[in-house]
Amino acid sequence: MIKITSIEKGIVIDHITAGLGIEIFKYLKLDNANFSVALIMNVNSKKQGKKDMIKIDNIIEFDVTELGLIDPNVTIITIENGEIIRKSKLTLPAQVENVIKCKNPRCVTSVEKYVDHVFYLVDEEKREYRCKYCDEKTVFKGV
Amino acid sequence: MLKGRHLIDPMDFTVEELETIFDLAEDIIEKPEDYSKSCEGKILATLFYEPSTRTRFSFEAAMMRLGGQVIGFSEPQSSSVSKGESISDTIRTIACYADAAVMRHPKEGAPKVASVFSPIPVINAGDGGHQHPTQTLTDLLTIRRVKGNLNNMTVGVCGDLKFGRTVHSLIKALSRYENINLVLISPEELMIPDYIIEEIIEKKGMTCKQVRTIEEAIAELDILYMTRVQRERFFNEEDYIRLKDFYILDEKKMKLAKEDMIVMHPLPRVNEIAYEVDSDKRAYYFPQAKYGMYVRMALIAKLLGVK
Repeated sequence: MIKITSIEKGIVIDHITAGLGIEIFKYLKLDNANFSVALIMNVNSKKQGKKDMIKIDNIIEFDVTELGLIDPNVTIITIENGEIIRKSKLTLPAQVENVIKCKNPRCVTSVEKYVDHVFYLVDEEKREYRCKYCDEKTVFKGV
Repeated sequence: MLKGRHLIDPMDFTVEELETIFDLAEDIIEKPEDYSKSCEGKILATLFYEPSTRTRFSFEAAMMRLGGQVIGFSEPQSSSVSKGESISDTIRTIACYADAAVMRHPKEGAPKVASVFSPIPVINAGDGGHQHPTQTLTDLLTIRRVKGNLNNMTVGVCGDLKFGRTVHSLIKALSRYENINLVLISPEELMIPDYIIEEIIEKKGMTCKQVRTIEEAIAELDILYMTRVQRERFFNEEDYIRLKDFYILDEKKMKLAKEDMIVMHPLPRVNEIAYEVDSDKRAYYFPQAKYGMYVRMALIAKLLGVK
Protein backbone atom coordinates (compact mmCIF):
# COMPACT_ATOMS: atom_id res chain seq x y z
CA MET A 1 0.00 0.00 0.00
CA ILE A 2 1.15 3.53 -0.73
CA LYS A 3 2.25 5.32 2.41
CA ILE A 4 0.57 8.63 3.08
CA THR A 5 1.81 10.65 6.02
CA SER A 6 -0.55 10.93 8.91
CA ILE A 7 -2.56 14.07 9.53
CA GLU A 8 -2.05 16.40 12.52
CA LYS A 9 -5.21 18.37 11.94
CA GLY A 10 -7.68 17.53 9.22
CA ILE A 11 -10.33 15.22 7.84
CA VAL A 12 -10.28 11.69 6.51
CA ILE A 13 -13.18 10.60 4.38
CA ASP A 14 -13.13 6.84 4.65
CA HIS A 15 -15.15 3.90 3.30
CA ILE A 16 -15.91 5.67 0.03
CA THR A 17 -17.40 3.25 -2.48
CA ALA A 18 -14.59 2.45 -4.94
CA GLY A 19 -14.89 4.79 -7.91
CA LEU A 20 -16.78 7.52 -6.09
CA GLY A 21 -13.66 9.07 -4.52
CA ILE A 22 -13.08 11.22 -7.58
CA GLU A 23 -16.73 12.41 -7.46
CA ILE A 24 -16.35 13.51 -3.85
CA PHE A 25 -12.94 15.03 -4.63
CA LYS A 26 -14.55 17.14 -7.35
CA TYR A 27 -17.62 17.96 -5.26
CA LEU A 28 -15.39 19.31 -2.44
CA LYS A 29 -13.36 21.24 -5.06
CA LEU A 30 -10.17 19.75 -3.65
CA ASP A 31 -8.36 20.28 -6.94
CA ASN A 32 -8.22 23.95 -5.95
CA ALA A 33 -6.95 23.28 -2.43
CA ASN A 34 -3.85 25.10 -1.16
CA PHE A 35 -3.22 22.43 1.50
CA SER A 36 -2.19 18.77 1.22
CA VAL A 37 -4.85 16.42 -0.06
CA ALA A 38 -4.57 12.74 -0.91
CA LEU A 39 -7.10 10.81 -2.96
CA ILE A 40 -6.40 7.12 -2.57
CA MET A 41 -8.26 4.77 -4.85
CA ASN A 42 -8.95 1.05 -4.76
CA VAL A 43 -7.60 0.45 -1.26
CA ASN A 44 -8.14 -3.12 -0.06
CA SER A 45 -10.96 -3.25 2.45
CA LYS A 46 -12.22 -6.19 4.51
CA LYS A 47 -15.75 -4.80 4.54
CA GLN A 48 -16.02 -3.35 1.05
CA GLY A 49 -13.47 -5.36 -0.95
CA LYS A 50 -12.16 -2.14 -2.49
CA LYS A 51 -12.69 1.38 -1.26
CA ASP A 52 -11.52 4.95 -1.90
CA MET A 53 -10.26 7.37 0.75
CA ILE A 54 -9.55 11.08 0.88
CA LYS A 55 -7.16 12.62 3.38
CA ILE A 56 -7.37 16.38 3.81
CA ASP A 57 -4.68 18.17 5.75
CA ASN A 58 -7.06 20.87 6.92
CA ILE A 59 -10.46 21.22 8.61
CA ILE A 60 -12.87 22.22 5.89
CA GLU A 61 -16.61 22.72 6.01
CA PHE A 62 -19.00 21.02 3.63
CA ASP A 63 -22.62 19.92 3.38
CA VAL A 64 -22.81 16.37 4.70
CA THR A 65 -26.35 16.06 3.28
CA GLU A 66 -25.09 16.43 -0.26
CA LEU A 67 -22.11 14.21 0.46
CA GLY A 68 -24.55 11.57 1.73
CA LEU A 69 -26.30 11.73 -1.61
CA ILE A 70 -23.09 11.04 -3.51
CA ASP A 71 -22.20 8.14 -1.25
CA PRO A 72 -24.15 7.30 1.92
CA ASN A 73 -21.51 4.69 2.91
CA VAL A 74 -18.74 7.10 3.84
CA THR A 75 -17.32 7.78 7.29
CA ILE A 76 -16.03 11.25 8.15
CA ILE A 77 -13.13 11.22 10.61
CA THR A 78 -12.02 14.50 12.15
CA ILE A 79 -8.46 14.67 13.48
CA GLU A 80 -6.91 17.22 15.80
CA ASN A 81 -3.42 17.08 17.36
CA GLY A 82 -2.94 13.76 15.54
CA GLU A 83 -5.90 12.19 17.37
CA ILE A 84 -9.34 11.21 16.15
CA ILE A 85 -11.81 13.52 17.85
CA ARG A 86 -14.93 12.58 15.89
CA LYS A 87 -16.12 9.79 13.64
CA SER A 88 -19.43 10.10 11.92
CA LYS A 89 -21.13 7.77 9.52
CA LEU A 90 -23.24 9.33 6.82
CA THR A 91 -26.71 8.19 5.92
CA LEU A 92 -29.05 9.24 3.18
CA PRO A 93 -30.83 12.42 4.28
CA ALA A 94 -34.56 12.06 4.94
CA GLN A 95 -35.19 15.26 3.01
CA VAL A 96 -33.12 17.36 0.61
CA GLU A 97 -33.76 20.90 -0.48
CA ASN A 98 -32.55 22.56 -3.67
CA VAL A 99 -29.94 19.91 -4.39
CA ILE A 100 -31.49 18.85 -7.66
CA LYS A 101 -34.49 20.06 -9.64
CA CYS A 102 -37.65 18.08 -10.30
CA LYS A 103 -37.55 16.79 -13.89
CA ASN A 104 -41.32 16.34 -14.24
CA PRO A 105 -42.45 18.95 -16.81
CA ARG A 106 -45.92 18.86 -15.24
CA CYS A 107 -44.58 19.70 -11.76
CA VAL A 108 -45.50 23.09 -10.32
CA THR A 109 -41.83 23.77 -9.61
CA SER A 110 -41.26 24.00 -13.39
CA VAL A 111 -43.27 27.24 -13.50
CA GLU A 112 -43.21 28.68 -9.96
CA LYS A 113 -39.50 29.44 -9.82
CA TYR A 114 -39.42 30.67 -6.20
CA VAL A 115 -40.57 27.29 -4.86
CA ASP A 116 -37.85 25.21 -3.19
CA HIS A 117 -37.15 21.86 -4.84
CA VAL A 118 -37.80 19.49 -1.96
CA PHE A 119 -37.39 15.72 -2.15
CA TYR A 120 -38.08 13.19 0.59
CA LEU A 121 -36.59 9.73 0.95
CA VAL A 122 -38.97 6.84 0.21
CA ASP A 123 -36.61 3.88 -0.26
CA GLU A 124 -33.18 3.93 1.33
CA GLU A 125 -31.98 0.76 -0.35
CA LYS A 126 -32.86 1.94 -3.85
CA ARG A 127 -31.88 5.56 -2.92
CA GLU A 128 -35.25 6.74 -4.18
CA TYR A 129 -36.63 10.16 -3.43
CA ARG A 130 -39.95 11.74 -4.34
CA CYS A 131 -40.74 15.35 -5.12
CA LYS A 132 -42.72 16.92 -2.28
CA TYR A 133 -45.11 18.51 -4.76
CA CYS A 134 -45.72 16.09 -7.64
CA ASP A 135 -44.40 12.77 -6.20
CA GLU A 136 -42.08 12.28 -9.19
CA LYS A 137 -39.47 9.65 -8.38
CA THR A 138 -35.74 10.42 -8.51
CA VAL A 139 -32.81 8.15 -7.84
CA PHE A 140 -29.73 10.02 -6.66
CA LYS A 141 -26.55 8.88 -8.34
CA GLY A 142 -24.54 11.95 -7.64
CA VAL A 143 -25.09 15.64 -7.15
CA MET B 1 -59.78 18.60 14.64
CA LEU B 2 -60.17 19.59 11.02
CA LYS B 3 -60.73 23.32 11.45
CA GLY B 4 -58.12 25.35 9.55
CA ARG B 5 -56.55 22.31 7.85
CA HIS B 6 -55.77 21.87 4.15
CA LEU B 7 -56.84 18.94 1.98
CA ILE B 8 -54.19 18.35 -0.68
CA ASP B 9 -53.74 14.59 -0.70
CA PRO B 10 -56.40 11.97 0.10
CA MET B 11 -54.10 10.71 2.87
CA ASP B 12 -53.95 14.09 4.64
CA PHE B 13 -56.78 13.01 6.93
CA THR B 14 -56.87 9.90 9.06
CA VAL B 15 -59.55 7.26 8.57
CA GLU B 16 -61.18 8.53 11.78
CA GLU B 17 -61.17 12.11 10.52
CA LEU B 18 -62.71 10.95 7.24
CA GLU B 19 -65.40 9.15 9.21
CA THR B 20 -66.36 12.41 10.92
CA ILE B 21 -66.74 14.04 7.48
CA PHE B 22 -68.84 11.13 6.20
CA ASP B 23 -71.00 11.15 9.34
CA LEU B 24 -71.64 14.86 8.86
CA ALA B 25 -72.35 14.35 5.14
CA GLU B 26 -74.90 11.65 5.99
CA ASP B 27 -76.56 13.98 8.47
CA ILE B 28 -76.68 16.74 5.86
CA ILE B 29 -78.30 14.31 3.40
CA GLU B 30 -80.96 13.45 5.98
CA LYS B 31 -81.58 16.99 7.28
CA PRO B 32 -80.28 19.55 4.75
CA GLU B 33 -82.43 22.32 6.25
CA ASP B 34 -80.44 22.11 9.51
CA TYR B 35 -77.33 23.24 7.65
CA SER B 36 -78.75 25.87 5.32
CA LYS B 37 -77.26 28.73 7.35
CA SER B 38 -74.10 27.05 8.63
CA CYS B 39 -71.80 29.18 6.47
CA GLU B 40 -73.72 32.45 6.60
CA GLY B 41 -71.19 35.29 6.36
CA LYS B 42 -68.46 32.99 5.02
CA ILE B 43 -66.87 33.18 1.56
CA LEU B 44 -65.34 30.36 -0.46
CA ALA B 45 -62.89 31.25 -3.25
CA THR B 46 -62.83 28.92 -6.25
CA LEU B 47 -59.55 29.27 -8.16
CA PHE B 48 -59.88 27.23 -11.33
CA TYR B 49 -56.78 27.48 -13.50
CA GLU B 50 -58.17 24.72 -15.71
CA PRO B 51 -61.71 24.23 -17.03
CA SER B 52 -64.08 22.22 -14.87
CA THR B 53 -67.83 22.09 -14.75
CA ARG B 54 -68.93 19.55 -12.22
CA THR B 55 -66.22 19.99 -9.60
CA ARG B 56 -66.57 23.76 -9.59
CA PHE B 57 -70.38 23.63 -9.61
CA SER B 58 -70.31 20.98 -6.90
CA PHE B 59 -68.16 23.19 -4.63
CA GLU B 60 -70.18 26.31 -5.41
CA ALA B 61 -73.49 24.52 -4.84
CA ALA B 62 -72.10 23.04 -1.61
CA MET B 63 -71.14 26.47 -0.27
CA MET B 64 -74.43 28.03 -1.34
CA ARG B 65 -76.45 25.24 0.28
CA LEU B 66 -74.56 25.98 3.50
CA GLY B 67 -75.67 29.61 3.26
CA GLY B 68 -72.23 30.89 2.26
CA GLN B 69 -71.07 32.84 -0.76
CA VAL B 70 -68.59 32.18 -3.53
CA ILE B 71 -66.02 34.28 -5.40
CA GLY B 72 -63.42 33.14 -7.90
CA PHE B 73 -62.46 32.54 -11.49
CA SER B 74 -63.13 29.64 -13.82
CA GLU B 75 -60.27 30.28 -16.19
CA PRO B 76 -56.96 32.03 -15.48
CA GLN B 77 -57.35 34.43 -18.44
CA SER B 78 -60.02 36.29 -16.49
CA SER B 79 -57.78 36.90 -13.48
CA SER B 80 -54.48 38.52 -12.53
CA VAL B 81 -52.89 35.13 -13.16
CA SER B 82 -52.84 36.12 -16.84
CA LYS B 83 -50.55 39.00 -15.81
CA GLY B 84 -48.08 36.48 -14.49
CA GLU B 85 -48.99 36.48 -10.81
CA SER B 86 -47.49 33.64 -8.80
CA ILE B 87 -49.58 31.09 -6.92
CA SER B 88 -48.12 32.29 -3.62
CA ASP B 89 -49.21 35.89 -4.28
CA THR B 90 -52.64 34.87 -5.57
CA ILE B 91 -53.44 32.75 -2.53
CA ARG B 92 -52.20 35.33 -0.04
CA THR B 93 -54.33 37.99 -1.73
CA ILE B 94 -57.40 35.77 -1.93
CA ALA B 95 -56.94 34.92 1.76
CA CYS B 96 -57.60 38.60 2.53
CA TYR B 97 -61.10 38.21 1.11
CA ALA B 98 -62.18 34.59 1.57
CA ASP B 99 -62.38 32.07 4.42
CA ALA B 100 -61.31 29.02 2.39
CA ALA B 101 -60.02 28.39 -1.14
CA VAL B 102 -60.56 25.61 -3.64
CA MET B 103 -57.91 25.23 -6.33
CA ARG B 104 -57.76 23.30 -9.57
CA HIS B 105 -54.52 23.65 -11.50
CA PRO B 106 -52.93 21.86 -14.47
CA LYS B 107 -49.55 21.70 -12.71
CA GLU B 108 -48.97 18.87 -10.28
CA GLY B 109 -48.41 20.10 -6.73
CA ALA B 110 -49.82 23.61 -7.32
CA PRO B 111 -52.39 23.38 -4.47
CA LYS B 112 -49.59 22.12 -2.22
CA VAL B 113 -47.60 25.26 -3.01
CA ALA B 114 -50.70 27.36 -2.25
CA SER B 115 -51.17 25.58 1.08
CA VAL B 116 -47.59 26.38 2.10
CA PHE B 117 -48.28 30.11 1.75
CA SER B 118 -51.95 30.22 2.70
CA PRO B 119 -53.37 31.33 6.05
CA ILE B 120 -56.79 29.89 5.06
CA PRO B 121 -57.68 26.25 4.29
CA VAL B 122 -56.81 25.18 0.74
CA ILE B 123 -58.69 22.32 -0.90
CA ASN B 124 -57.14 20.57 -3.88
CA ALA B 125 -59.79 20.24 -6.59
CA GLY B 126 -57.43 18.40 -8.95
CA ASP B 127 -53.80 19.07 -9.88
CA GLY B 128 -52.93 17.74 -13.33
CA GLY B 129 -52.78 13.96 -13.37
CA HIS B 130 -51.77 13.87 -9.73
CA GLN B 131 -54.46 13.99 -7.02
CA HIS B 132 -58.15 14.76 -6.72
CA PRO B 133 -58.94 14.18 -3.05
CA THR B 134 -62.52 15.47 -2.97
CA GLN B 135 -63.41 13.03 -5.74
CA THR B 136 -61.99 10.37 -3.45
CA LEU B 137 -64.17 11.60 -0.59
CA THR B 138 -67.11 11.44 -2.98
CA ASP B 139 -66.23 7.88 -3.96
CA LEU B 140 -65.76 6.72 -0.39
CA LEU B 141 -69.02 8.28 0.78
CA THR B 142 -70.87 6.66 -2.14
CA ILE B 143 -69.44 3.23 -1.30
CA ARG B 144 -70.23 3.72 2.40
CA ARG B 145 -73.80 4.85 1.66
CA VAL B 146 -74.52 1.96 -0.69
CA LYS B 147 -72.50 -0.86 0.87
CA GLY B 148 -72.73 0.19 4.51
CA ASN B 149 -68.96 0.19 5.10
CA LEU B 150 -65.60 0.42 3.36
CA ASN B 151 -64.10 -2.97 4.19
CA ASN B 152 -64.18 -6.44 2.59
CA MET B 153 -64.75 -5.57 -1.03
CA THR B 154 -63.57 -6.50 -4.50
CA VAL B 155 -63.14 -3.27 -6.43
CA GLY B 156 -62.54 -3.19 -10.17
CA VAL B 157 -61.11 -0.02 -11.67
CA CYS B 158 -61.32 0.21 -15.43
CA GLY B 159 -59.98 2.45 -18.18
CA ASP B 160 -57.20 4.98 -17.96
CA LEU B 161 -55.29 3.83 -14.91
CA LYS B 162 -52.10 5.55 -16.01
CA PHE B 163 -53.19 9.19 -16.05
CA GLY B 164 -56.43 8.82 -14.09
CA ARG B 165 -55.85 10.80 -10.91
CA THR B 166 -59.20 9.73 -9.45
CA VAL B 167 -58.09 6.12 -9.63
CA HIS B 168 -54.71 6.82 -8.01
CA SER B 169 -56.34 8.71 -5.17
CA LEU B 170 -59.04 6.07 -4.69
CA ILE B 171 -56.54 3.21 -4.50
CA LYS B 172 -54.47 5.18 -2.00
CA ALA B 173 -57.52 5.81 0.15
CA LEU B 174 -58.82 2.23 -0.07
CA SER B 175 -55.42 0.90 1.01
CA ARG B 176 -56.29 1.95 4.56
CA TYR B 177 -59.34 -0.28 4.77
CA GLU B 178 -59.44 -4.01 5.46
CA ASN B 179 -59.59 -6.80 2.94
CA ILE B 180 -59.82 -4.79 -0.27
CA ASN B 181 -59.20 -6.83 -3.41
CA LEU B 182 -58.31 -4.78 -6.44
CA VAL B 183 -58.86 -5.75 -10.05
CA LEU B 184 -57.11 -3.37 -12.44
CA ILE B 185 -58.65 -3.39 -15.90
CA SER B 186 -56.73 -1.44 -18.53
CA PRO B 187 -55.01 -1.67 -21.91
CA GLU B 188 -51.25 -2.13 -21.68
CA GLU B 189 -50.60 1.51 -22.62
CA LEU B 190 -52.75 2.81 -19.77
CA MET B 191 -51.67 0.47 -16.99
CA ILE B 192 -51.34 1.78 -13.48
CA PRO B 193 -47.93 3.40 -12.73
CA ASP B 194 -45.37 1.17 -11.02
CA TYR B 195 -45.16 3.42 -8.00
CA ILE B 196 -48.83 2.82 -7.15
CA ILE B 197 -48.18 -0.94 -7.27
CA GLU B 198 -44.90 -0.81 -5.35
CA GLU B 199 -45.61 1.85 -2.77
CA ILE B 200 -49.30 1.43 -2.12
CA ILE B 201 -50.69 -1.90 -3.25
CA GLU B 202 -47.68 -4.06 -2.30
CA LYS B 203 -46.68 -2.12 0.82
CA LYS B 204 -50.20 -2.18 2.22
CA GLY B 205 -50.62 -5.85 1.33
CA MET B 206 -53.67 -5.34 -0.88
CA THR B 207 -54.48 -8.21 -3.18
CA CYS B 208 -54.44 -7.13 -6.78
CA LYS B 209 -54.69 -8.57 -10.25
CA GLN B 210 -54.42 -6.94 -13.64
CA VAL B 211 -56.63 -7.97 -16.55
CA ARG B 212 -57.36 -6.67 -20.05
CA THR B 213 -61.14 -7.11 -20.35
CA ILE B 214 -64.18 -6.25 -18.26
CA GLU B 215 -65.72 -9.65 -19.03
CA GLU B 216 -63.01 -11.66 -17.29
CA ALA B 217 -63.44 -9.78 -14.02
CA ILE B 218 -66.96 -8.36 -13.71
CA ALA B 219 -68.58 -11.42 -12.08
CA GLU B 220 -66.43 -11.16 -8.95
CA LEU B 221 -66.74 -7.40 -8.42
CA ASP B 222 -68.66 -5.57 -5.70
CA ILE B 223 -67.80 -2.24 -7.30
CA LEU B 224 -66.90 -1.41 -10.88
CA TYR B 225 -65.28 2.00 -11.12
CA MET B 226 -65.22 3.16 -14.73
CA THR B 227 -63.03 6.01 -15.96
CA ARG B 228 -62.78 8.05 -19.12
CA VAL B 229 -59.72 8.00 -21.35
CA GLN B 230 -58.73 11.66 -21.10
CA ARG B 231 -57.82 13.38 -24.35
CA GLU B 232 -56.03 16.20 -22.49
CA ARG B 233 -53.46 13.80 -20.98
CA PHE B 234 -52.20 12.58 -24.36
CA PHE B 235 -49.37 14.22 -26.26
CA ASN B 236 -50.34 12.23 -29.35
CA GLU B 237 -53.87 12.39 -30.82
CA GLU B 238 -53.44 9.06 -32.62
CA ASP B 239 -52.87 7.23 -29.33
CA TYR B 240 -55.98 8.83 -27.87
CA ILE B 241 -58.16 7.80 -30.81
CA ARG B 242 -56.83 4.24 -30.65
CA LEU B 243 -57.56 3.88 -26.93
CA LYS B 244 -60.65 6.00 -26.27
CA ASP B 245 -63.19 3.28 -26.98
CA PHE B 246 -61.16 0.38 -25.59
CA TYR B 247 -63.82 -0.27 -22.93
CA ILE B 248 -67.56 0.14 -23.25
CA LEU B 249 -69.73 -1.14 -20.43
CA ASP B 250 -73.09 -2.22 -21.83
CA GLU B 251 -76.13 -4.28 -20.80
CA LYS B 252 -74.59 -7.48 -22.08
CA LYS B 253 -71.60 -7.12 -19.77
CA MET B 254 -73.83 -6.02 -16.87
CA LYS B 255 -75.66 -9.36 -17.14
CA LEU B 256 -72.44 -11.05 -15.99
CA ALA B 257 -72.25 -8.93 -12.84
CA LYS B 258 -73.58 -9.57 -9.34
CA GLU B 259 -77.04 -8.27 -8.49
CA ASP B 260 -75.61 -5.93 -5.87
CA MET B 261 -72.53 -4.75 -7.77
CA ILE B 262 -72.54 -0.99 -8.26
CA VAL B 263 -71.14 0.97 -11.20
CA MET B 264 -69.37 4.21 -10.36
CA HIS B 265 -67.80 6.86 -12.58
CA PRO B 266 -66.28 10.24 -11.66
CA LEU B 267 -67.94 11.77 -14.77
CA PRO B 268 -67.93 13.16 -17.37
CA ARG B 269 -68.34 9.99 -19.40
CA VAL B 270 -67.74 9.80 -23.10
CA ASN B 271 -68.38 6.34 -24.54
CA GLU B 272 -67.20 4.05 -21.75
CA ILE B 273 -70.68 3.46 -20.30
CA ALA B 274 -73.48 2.88 -22.82
CA TYR B 275 -76.60 4.96 -22.13
CA GLU B 276 -78.63 1.74 -21.84
CA VAL B 277 -76.84 1.07 -18.54
CA ASP B 278 -78.25 4.28 -16.99
CA SER B 279 -81.59 2.64 -16.23
CA ASP B 280 -79.94 -0.31 -14.47
CA LYS B 281 -80.47 -0.03 -10.70
CA ARG B 282 -76.77 -0.76 -10.23
CA ALA B 283 -75.77 2.44 -12.07
CA TYR B 284 -74.71 4.81 -9.32
CA TYR B 285 -72.77 7.53 -11.12
CA PHE B 286 -75.44 10.20 -10.87
CA PRO B 287 -76.19 9.60 -7.16
CA GLN B 288 -72.39 9.60 -6.76
CA ALA B 289 -72.25 13.15 -8.22
CA LYS B 290 -74.89 14.21 -5.70
CA TYR B 291 -72.99 12.63 -2.81
CA GLY B 292 -70.02 14.64 -4.06
CA MET B 293 -71.84 17.84 -3.28
CA TYR B 294 -72.87 16.62 0.18
CA VAL B 295 -69.38 15.46 1.07
CA ARG B 296 -68.00 18.84 -0.05
CA MET B 297 -70.58 20.55 2.17
CA ALA B 298 -69.36 18.46 5.09
CA LEU B 299 -65.72 19.15 4.22
CA ILE B 300 -66.21 22.93 3.98
CA ALA B 301 -68.14 22.94 7.27
CA LYS B 302 -65.39 20.98 9.01
CA LEU B 303 -62.51 23.08 7.64
CA LEU B 304 -64.30 26.28 8.60
CA GLY B 305 -65.27 24.87 11.98
CA VAL B 306 -68.96 25.75 11.61
CA LYS B 307 -71.88 23.75 12.96
